Amino acid sequence: MKNGKRGVLDEPLICERGSPGRVGYSLPADDLPERDLNQDLSPELCRETLDGFPQVSEGEVVRHFTRLSQWNLSAATTLYPLGSCTMKYNPVVNELVVRLPGFAQLHPLIPDDCAQGALELLADLEHCLAEISGMDAVSLQPAAGAQGELTGMKLIRAYHQERGHPRTKVLIPGSAHGTNPASAALCGYEVVEVPTGPDGMLAAAAVEQFVDAEVAALMVTNPNTLGLFEREIVQITAALHAHGALVYLDGANLNALMGVAKPGHMGADVIQFNLHKTFSTPHGGGGPGAGPVGVKKTLEPYLPVPRLVREQEGWRWSEVFPRSIGKVRSFYGNFGILVRAYAYILAMGSDGLTHATRMAVLNANYLRKRLEPAYDLAYATPCLHECVFSDDSFHHTGVKTLDIAKRLLDYGFYAPTIYFPLVVSGALMVEPTETESKETLDEFADALLAIAQEIKDNPAVLRDAPLTTPVSRLDETRAARHPVLRWGRG
Amino acid sequence: MRYIPHTDHDIAAMLATLGVGSVDDLFAQVPEELRARAAIDLPPGKAESEVRGHLTALAEANPVSPGMLTFLGGGVYSHFVPVVVDQIIQRAEFATAYTPYQPEVSQGTLQAIFEFQSLVADLLGLDVANASMYDGASGTAEAVLMARRIVPQRPTVLLARSLHPQYRQVVRTYLDGVPGVRIIELPWGADGRIDAAVLEQSLDDSVSCIVVGYPNFFGVVEDVARLSDTAHRGGALLVTATTEAIAFGLLKSPGELGADIAVAEGQSLGIPLSYGGPGVGLFACRNRFLRNMPGRLVGETVDHEGRRGFVLTLATREQHIRRERATSNICTNHSLCALAATVFLCLMGKQGLRELAERNVKKSHYTRDLLLQTSGCRERFTAPFFNEFVVAVPDARGVGQRLKEQHIVAGLVLEEWYPELKDCLLLCVTEMHTRAEIERLAKELRMKSEA
Repeated sequence: MKNGKRGVLDEPLICERGSPGRVGYSLPADDLPERDLNQDLSPELCRETLDGFPQVSEGEVVRHFTRLSQWNLSAATTLYPLGSCTMKYNPVVNELVVRLPGFAQLHPLIPDDCAQGALELLADLEHCLAEISGMDAVSLQPAAGAQGELTGMKLIRAYHQERGHPRTKVLIPGSAHGTNPASAALCGYEVVEVPTGPDGMLAAAAVEQFVDAEVAALMVTNPNTLGLFEREIVQITAALHAHGALVYLDGANLNALMGVAKPGHMGADVIQFNLHKTFSTPHGGGGPGAGPVGVKKTLEPYLPVPRLVREQEGWRWSEVFPRSIGKVRSFYGNFGILVRAYAYILAMGSDGLTHATRMAVLNANYLRKRLEPAYDLAYATPCLHECVFSDDSFHHTGVKTLDIAKRLLDYGFYAPTIYFPLVVSGALMVEPTETESKETLDEFADALLAIAQEIKDNPAVLRDAPLTTPVSRLDETRAARHPVLRWGRG
Repeated sequence: MRYIPHTDHDIAAMLATLGVGSVDDLFAQVPEELRARAAIDLPPGKAESEVRGHLTALAEANPVSPGMLTFLGGGVYSHFVPVVVDQIIQRAEFATAYTPYQPEVSQGTLQAIFEFQSLVADLLGLDVANASMYDGASGTAEAVLMARRIVPQRPTVLLARSLHPQYRQVVRTYLDGVPGVRIIELPWGADGRIDAAVLEQSLDDSVSCIVVGYPNFFGVVEDVARLSDTAHRGGALLVTATTEAIAFGLLKSPGELGADIAVAEGQSLGIPLSYGGPGVGLFACRNRFLRNMPGRLVGETVDHEGRRGFVLTLATREQHIRRERATSNICTNHSLCALAATVFLCLMGKQGLRELAERNVKKSHYTRDLLLQTSGCRERFTAPFFNEFVVAVPDARGVGQRLKEQHIVAGLVLEEWYPELKDCLLLCVTEMHTRAEIERLAKELRMKSEA
């Protein structure tokens, strides 16, 4: 067995471990009288064997996945400054409460009177999110931010449809997440890109030029993906409303706004909440998250079903909302994620949430200030929760943003988001969040400053980076050109 | 606040570096008229002990096993979850990482997803599986959209009425607004399966795909080979949607029977009921449709020194590259649940998944026989089933109410979702139910239907 570079043991695929006949499970004793299974289910309906399935012991499974886990950096291991992802600390107590039997073992089709604790939690979470955002009503059903966007755009479409014409176009700034145009297109809309101004923001005058009777909505992120608050947001939303169009406000960056300003006051008609960002639920290596939507009264009749209603004897689910868009996923949403987010809101409280926003913005500005001498800011406009640098300061050296990201791994940090937003050349997008201490920010800034010096003194080391990780740079072209997407059969 | 490290001293030092007087100054960009005048109207923060107390009280207001005996399936299933599964997914290195954009420090997540894709492709009997979808319902909607991309000139989608009602609802929501789409529901035949002759009549050259439950919502094992044969002769794709993935420990895989795209809810594979979410959507298809697939894919490659490694690949299908021309808007999927399913499938292995499936067949068929023999229930469908079945019970709703007083939820009253199925119960029996519990159900059901 070969050693990985950091002295971590290499680990084969699980199918390369084990031995025929070895097992990692046990079923309880069969307490039923004997039956002929062939009578119950004809052998013609049954498969031969599960080709390729592993045959390993419980201990081998534990060792395999424990070793794999050690090949990951995570937000628990180190600063994970992915811009736009809000990789804050994920409170451990949330993992405990979600596993309480009354939540974990609750079947979604149990009669409502046997799920009153769950329903009360969900109703209170709806209330909390509405209060934080200034929206009138909330649906917890969408499974992720992108599904929240899809839901929001479906609501907007239903609204226009009811007024006779769903309209044909949706305006989206170039700095938007890719999910925005993809969600709008999924709803049958043509996407029209609105240019971002020289200060990184949308100008109301520029937006107005694009608004006409065919525009269903503007999708706008505020603060935007550059970490900048859209100063003309009120004028922009007014311009849309003047033409009967609506405003979808992407709430991915709500971590910059709690207790400071409410999307509901900015003219937003619908927003989504990314509970795995602002509300601390773990990112899981890529989900599950949750993407509830909040709406103003005008859009409430279209929210997904079922919805919670309060009656004398308690809460119950109701399907009787004839103008609803229907359902976007099964049952009631990612309940386990909703429980964690609720526990977070309880722990933080009103003052804690506001403090989180204030410290997130302080941290981003502090990093911005410390890095400014060595890296070019994409925009001079003061930022909120994240800051974006361009490759202008090092582009001429031949060093790429990707090289800097890889070199950061050698310093023990995860890399920021790179090459996004698309409106910035070689973007390096840093979001530290409020849960990082000043010392950690200083260590991170020192690392990036040291790398800036390496660009001058020894750029080769960047192109070879990372040098200390379990594997070195991987050949992505080969992966795409000759896709191997599963292990060999047999 | 225990989650936020800043001391007054830290804040002062940072503000000094920034050269600003107060944290408020950092919000100067936010127009004055938008600034909050009042604090968020929520209670003050709580200590950990208080959070635990509050949530424990809420959780205890939901009666669950062992105090409550339920025979509910219908999309979410009660199966044993080995403790190893939960221990592994709680490892912070897995739980608190994100999308593996930097593969050199994300090989744990990437290799685990590669293993997930391999296991799912094997389980569903198809060439390639993706890194996961949100759930079976939205996965089914994505499969229909994918079929539409493959045969764009065909506007009609045939949805089995015996497909999970919520899956049908989600498909309708996703398709609403897609120009020219028409959805037609396929009825079930007398034995609970789709009648291939009826399918043949509904099939013309406007049909892009046929979506069937396998097993269907009533637990019934459809004749997928015949359906796919009929579909293919009509130039349409066959999509199967499965709510109970354990069935594939025993049943022939959708791919083996000719399905072009197979979707399944993977909650049964090591993920708790959790009031219906999160679970995980399994999604697999034939190789020739690869570039029309939604969602992330992990592929094998090598590093500079020739060592095997794994990366996200074929991303040009995805929203962050392709934007409005992407195959789907999905970004974050259900990676940690996919990891749970991977660990579960590795533990069960080649032999265990089959034995588990056999135990489910045995328990459910024993229960069905007992109810028919002793409790005045009548068989509703005669076709083979896996671990769910429908029985007719006079006054099903009233019986359900009376059983609930005995802390039993006998099953799902189908009339709420299928007005044509009056006085019918959908029951699910798994390896979790003991013989004593099954006999208690039969006894109480007999007493309550006689009452």
